[in-house]
Amino acid sequence: MKWRGSLRERCLLRAVQICNIISVSAAFFQGNFTVPKTEKTAKRTGPEANHAVKMAIREASKSYQTRSGAVHALDKVSLDVREGEFLCILGPSGCGKTTLLWSMAGLHTLSSGDIRLGNEPITKPHPEIAMIFQDANLLPWRNLAKNIELPFELKRRPPDRARIDKLLERVGLAGFENKFPRELSGGMQQRASIVRSLSVDPSVLLMDEPFGALDAFTRDEMNLLIQEIWMETRKTIAFVTHSISEAIFLADRVAVMSARPGRIAEIYDIDIPRPRAIDIQTEPDFIKQVLDIKSRIEHGRGAKVAIT
Amino acid sequence: MDKVLGDKIPEFNKKAAGGGNVGLSGASFSLGDHRTKFETLVIILIAVVIIGGTELSLVLFNVPQYVLPKPSLIVSALFTEWKFLWPHILITIYELLTGFAIGASIGFVLAAVITQFPFVEKIVTPYILLLVTTPMLALVPLLILRFGFGSEPRIIAVALASGPMVMINSATGFRRVDLAKIALARSFGASTLQIFTKIRIPMAMPMIIVGLMVGSIFGLLTAIGAEMVGGAEGLGNRLTYYSALIRMPQFFAIILILAFMGISIYVFFFWLGKKWASWET
Repeated sequence: MKWRGSLRERCLLRAVQICNIISVSAAFFQGNFTVPKTEKTAKRTGPEANHAVKMAIREASKSYQTRSGAVHALDKVSLDVREGEFLCILGPSGCGKTTLLWSMAGLHTLSSGDIRLGNEPITKPHPEIAMIFQDANLLPWRNLAKNIELPFELKRRPPDRARIDKLLERVGLAGFENKFPRELSGGMQQRASIVRSLSVDPSVLLMDEPFGALDAFTRDEMNLLIQEIWMETRKTIAFVTHSISEAIFLADRVAVMSARPGRIAEIYDIDIPRPRAIDIQTEPDFIKQVLDIKSRIEHGRGAKVAIT
Repeated sequence: MDKVLGDKIPEFNKKAAGGGNVGLSGASFSLGDHRTKFETLVIILIAVVIIGGTELSLVLFNVPQYVLPKPSLIVSALFTEWKFLWPHILITIYELLTGFAIGASIGFVLAAVITQFPFVEKIVTPYILLLVTTPMLALVPLLILRFGFGSEPRIIAVALASGPMVMINSATGFRRVDLAKIALARSFGASTLQIFTKIRIPMAMPMIIVGLMVGSIFGLLTAIGAEMVGGAEGLGNRLTYYSALIRMPQFFAIILILAFMGISIYVFFFWLGKKWASWET
């Protein structure tokens, strides 16, 4: 009897041990135990408010198989997107910015690591997350109204007329509902695509170099508009760009990515008071910040720091 | 997670890959969108001059009717023979529509399915090309041996002629995948079927319409040819019949009807293209 009892005890003990290991490792993989390595920011001047994390990216890696071998687009990227913040992801072409954003949108599978919205792992597109693409990405065979109704159509819901009309009014597109995309300017197309994404009232907006194809004037205009929209709605925005000044102008925080393999190199806090005017881009402090980031990117690439 | 986007590098061109710029006007000459009244007038005037000139010179040079009948005779033959020609017109239209409907649906479905599987597409394409380039008229005698002198062999020939045309053009359309547009639909939670109906089909539509137009005109060609080969009905059969009897006004009246049918097909699909595919010009 004593022998059986001791066996039972040993079994119980082992079971408890295994449970402990499982829960500890689960917690570890959920990111509860990992210290965000990338948070070693150069400057931390902003007030340390309670930063609720909206989206958590943990050790995200992604490699593509191409004919010339594997390309590591993302290499153990860890990044928190805070609730209601405007985060810019900045980096040179081909550093994996878009890959990171597509993965956050659930359009891509990661090779390893995970991305969470709150506690939900993102493995497929999520209704709370809306994406805004390069070049507006309107459907040329649909007029503006039909383009904006697309998300509702796909979700098999009646379109939210009141909200759509309000948004169209807000971005200055009221009265253009019957126009086709080719009849609209680039800026108007991108405004339409912003309305399309906001119409379903997502809590996270992912923007993939949305204004990259626009001319400088329209771009300024769009930057002001997106700032206003953000201040009004307080959506969480992750905005990918390769323009340093655009990133500083828009962001609460700028995450600088380095290329090959794609990593978060640095995170900067930008504490310029809002609303920010276009003019601030010519102020010495602003330019200093641009040059600072620029030198770090170039330093990171192994090039000489050469600023003229 | 996503079959289409799974492991593709998110890079895409402004223009959809594969297709380039295709328009209805690219496939055949355009009807033209904007024509002034003057231009229309000139077109009509030229027709009047040609018809009038032919009539006049035929009378002037006393050309015998069996060489070339006078336009006025052709028109009057069209009216007097109409009651005899009408059933044959119906038969030809019936063969054309049935054969085209069968061929086009099979061609369309095949194109939609095959383009989803690049491997299958690569294997099947040479055979489809063979079907496109082989004149299906050549098969008609064989088909008649098997199916008799009724409409069946001709319907099959029409289907065989138009189907591959529709298929090869639709496939070109379906191959024009724009990754960004699929990603857009996916990001709003679209299913694979929704991506097919809301993104892929509209994107392929210009090429599908071109395929339908070319396919139906090939179908008409084959229907008439098949009727000339064998059987006792249809406009093609009437053509051989009247030419054997050297009744040239009637012969030309049928050619007039055929020309009208051809142009109707063209105008119909042109209109369809304007309606459904005018976004791409």
